[in-house]
Amino acid sequence: MVSEAPPVRSRSPAGNPRRPYRDVAVAVPVSIPYVRYSNETAHWWIARALKELVTRAGIRPVDLDGLSVASFTLAPDTAVGLTQHLGLSPRWLDNIPMGGASAVVALRRAARAVEAGDASIVACVGGDANGIDSFRKLLSSFSRFAQDASYPYGYGGPNGSFAFLTDHYMRQYGATREDFGRICVAQRDNALTYPQAIMRSPLTLEAYMNARPIADPIHLFDCVMPCAGAEAFLVTTADIAADLGLPHARLLSTIERHNAFPDDPIQMRGGWAMDVGELYAMAGTTPDGIDVLETYDDYPVIVMMQFEDLGFCAKGEAKDFVRAHDLTNAGSFPQNTSGGQLSAGQAGAAGGYLGLVEALRQVTGQSLSRPVEGARTALVSGFGMINYDRGLCSGAAILQAGAA
Amino acid sequence: MTTAAATSGADLLQALAAGLVSGSVEIVDLAHTLSPDFPVMVLPPEFGQCQPFRIEEVSRYDGRGPGWYWNNISMSEHAGTHFDAPAHWISGKNLPEATVDAIPLDRLARPAVVLDFSGESAKDEDFLLTRAHLEAWEAENGAIEAGSWALFRTGWSKHLGTAKYLNLREDGAHSPGPASDAMEFLVKERGIVGFGTETIGTDAGQGSHLSPPYPAHFILHGNGRYGLQCLDALDRLPTRGALLFAAPLKIRHGSGSPLRVFALVPRAED
Amino acid sequence: MTRPLAPPPRKDPQRATRPPELPPVQRSRAALGLTARAARGVFALQVCGACGTVAYPPRDACAGCLSTELVFRPVADGGEVIAQTVIRATPDLYFRDRTPWRVGMVRMDCGPSIVAHLHGDVEVPGRCRMVARLDKGGNAVLMARPETWSEAMADDPEWRELTAHPKFRRVLVTAGREPVGQAVAAALSKAGAAIVFVGIAEPWKPFAGEAQLRAIPNVQIMPLDLTDTASVHELAGEIGGKTDIIVNTADHVRPGGIVDANTLVAARDSFEVNVFGLQRLAAAFGPGMRSRGADGVNSAAAIVDVLPVEALGNTPGFGFHGASAAARHSLLQCLRAEMRPGGVRVMSVFTGPVDDAWRQTVPPPKVAPAQIARAVVTALAEGIEESFVGDVAIDVAARFAQDPKVLERELGS
Repeated sequence: MVSEAPPVRSRSPAGNPRRPYRDVAVAVPVSIPYVRYSNETAHWWIARALKELVTRAGIRPVDLDGLSVASFTLAPDTAVGLTQHLGLSPRWLDNIPMGGASAVVALRRAARAVEAGDASIVACVGGDANGIDSFRKLLSSFSRFAQDASYPYGYGGPNGSFAFLTDHYMRQYGATREDFGRICVAQRDNALTYPQAIMRSPLTLEAYMNARPIADPIHLFDCVMPCAGAEAFLVTTADIAADLGLPHARLLSTIERHNAFPDDPIQMRGGWAMDVGELYAMAGTTPDGIDVLETYDDYPVIVMMQFEDLGFCAKGEAKDFVRAHDLTNAGSFPQNTSGGQLSAGQAGAAGGYLGLVEALRQVTGQSLSRPVEGARTALVSGFGMINYDRGLCSGAAILQAGAA
Repeated sequence: MTTAAATSGADLLQALAAGLVSGSVEIVDLAHTLSPDFPVMVLPPEFGQCQPFRIEEVSRYDGRGPGWYWNNISMSEHAGTHFDAPAHWISGKNLPEATVDAIPLDRLARPAVVLDFSGESAKDEDFLLTRAHLEAWEAENGAIEAGSWALFRTGWSKHLGTAKYLNLREDGAHSPGPASDAMEFLVKERGIVGFGTETIGTDAGQGSHLSPPYPAHFILHGNGRYGLQCLDALDRLPTRGALLFAAPLKIRHGSGSPLRVFALVPRAED
Repeated sequence: MTRPLAPPPRKDPQRATRPPELPPVQRSRAALGLTARAARGVFALQVCGACGTVAYPPRDACAGCLSTELVFRPVADGGEVIAQTVIRATPDLYFRDRTPWRVGMVRMDCGPSIVAHLHGDVEVPGRCRMVARLDKGGNAVLMARPETWSEAMADDPEWRELTAHPKFRRVLVTAGREPVGQAVAAALSKAGAAIVFVGIAEPWKPFAGEAQLRAIPNVQIMPLDLTDTASVHELAGEIGGKTDIIVNTADHVRPGGIVDANTLVAARDSFEVNVFGLQRLAAAFGPGMRSRGADGVNSAAAIVDVLPVEALGNTPGFGFHGASAAARHSLLQCLRAEMRPGGVRVMSVFTGPVDDAWRQTVPPPKVAPAQIARAVVTALAEGIEESFVGDVAIDVAARFAQDPKVLERELGS
């Protein structure tokens, strides 16, 4: 029997309002120091992060009843194979293939699982290997659209894609290389206070400007350094965190969006612009209430877009914003306080975790980098997956210091 | 002659063998090397064509045959230095023993006389050998013996490798050959076993314009005689006294065959 | 302004020849639809049969309405370049050796945004025209070219990678005895070929047009008999190391089917030239060309075969000739795959009946040798893998695309 299709509605179905997060605690920020090239596998890096998590939380591996994994280099395994590999028996398991948006998305999902009681303690981990030539191999199998319509054109990889966005952004809004340089230089200053940063020497604006071109207008210091490493944190209830005596942050709000604004001829904004109102409303705050901002910074142009799309300045005015603000940990607008990926390094999917883990340290008084004074509320933003010409995944979360 | 007739076959062969070993009897190679670039008869393209010699390597101590070297060859029956049997021509189509597999064995080795008209041919590329020429030749050299090969020396083999060999122009080929009265004379009055030439055919390049067309082919084969063409080294044969070996491949119902033609000759006196 | 190509210097015998790396070769099945059209020089994108949305990159369902009825159709080729970059560093071995490489983001008038190779004469922001061509790996790529094209623009290095332009290249034309080969030789000489080697079989036979052929600038007559393996290998031994393009114009044509007359000898002659001749060329010249696919301005670039369109459907009046054409077409498909690792293109120029003595009884329209010569030069200069010369060839190709069985029945009646 052929069923008759119902008539097409002229408007969207009724909405479903967001429920606030109730007593979700985020704790135990773990960063396994990165290395440029490593023979070790993603399994190895993730195991080290999980080991650090349980050790510092004072629990046994079997107490992890939830696991969320983000990695590009586990193949042929997924999170499933990892459970047997590592001897874990979680009752809740997630695999987040969203690159730079992985940590925010992992947190969102883990939070709801914990809230519903589907899991009690969820380990969220991002980690990747980086052997000689593995970056090239990773790129070559990244996505079908990239394979068909991006790589055959000069094979710039993410450099090439962000070169377009940067070139267009500069033409559209009059941003200059110096403006991007301000972000990179400030982040390097922050990295110099973070002992685990890959980039250890100071960066001047002059050195930034004189760096060799990679994909015009992208130059060397606009690019992250691919490396190996892992980052992790725990999501649990405030009660359990308190019971374990873990300093933790409360989750106030999150947003997530994929393939936003598909009709934009080229990416000028991310999905944040669709959902930013909800982000602040759910958290009961405004951009002025944010003490620390951790943006996703694989290239400085996307940092500028986040300043705009997350409401810190109007569209096109990020250039003025960076000219007006000091972005260092001690400055007027502390941003990417461990140096961001541009200076701390990009360990694959762990790159998506870097900002969240750093924010967690800043608001829970566990900072490894220079602490931002009076940091209570942090906004963490994620962005990922250049499927063809633009990043598809975006997300953000607001954390606030909770009781120890 | 009477001496030879009185000698036994065994003695004759023994004497010949001794002559070959001692060098008093020499072998002259009258065949050109079979190679892909050896020209073949050119017919108007709407007719079936004579396939030149072709060779394809099967293996040469390699993956196709690690310990041995061999080739596949293919060609027309009328490629390279070759033999025409009577069945080659329509005039000989109903004769007995007209194909190469049926040729009586006694024809395979026969004496040869060399008719040297190389001077005339050098002066006239369309030189036609006539009965009158032959009569004059006999007056000087004696009669052509029955049962022998008549070899028409024109010097044409020297042109091999150049365009002059076929000497093709818009009105066809230009090379020496026999007139019909010469062929009638040689075949019917002298009883030759066959007629051999240095050119690509037994007929003149312009032989199609004679009457009958291609008189050498028509008259030779219509009377059960043979043709040899593309011969080499006729200048190394004596006018008389050479013994010619011309044994075509034994191809069932074959009209002709490439072959190694050679002659036994007495060593030239120093 | 495109910088004019400089004549390549003589090869430095002490320098290793640049190995023929290929650009990224992996493609989805949907993307091969783009390749199939680019092979004929057609810029076509998927258009949704349900809502009309133009889709790019190639996909399996419409992003406008989720319909799976996507069909490749020629679309408006105009667009605006809204961003550009110049790739100067890449982990890819092919591009690494060819940087700087200019790429653009083009907002097409027909809808999608396209990342495309960017011709040096296109301004940013500015208008462009999109073309689809095959890259060295045999896959479709798109290139934004200036709105108006001039021959001087053909020297653009990115464009030249997509073509096999004869300029400064050394070409072998295989069958100089025939009018087609002679016309092709003349056209290639005019198009800037450095040397036009012209193969002549059975040089002891005079042929019409010889004097004119010898008078063409840069022509060198070479002995070449495609039916003789040794001859082909001997020529390859002599010029194989500097043959950049082969144009095989040989076609042995005789009328006749296969039942009514004993045509086996003629059929065999046809196959010796048309099929095995091509195979001999491939075996003798292919390995050398494949290793020289990236050897600078005069790298090995293409093997062009001029073949009858009967390759796609048999015309019984020329039955075995058509069979040899079909075999030839099949061999070209094989050769294309075998030459691809070297970045050497294999191009098919399908012709309708040539206006010659053998086709006296074939009704017009027929194809003149000069038409074929123009098509060969266009295929090389424009990077067209499959082209069709003359109304008959175009018509047969269109009918073949519609239904090969209907074509068979039509040609056979």
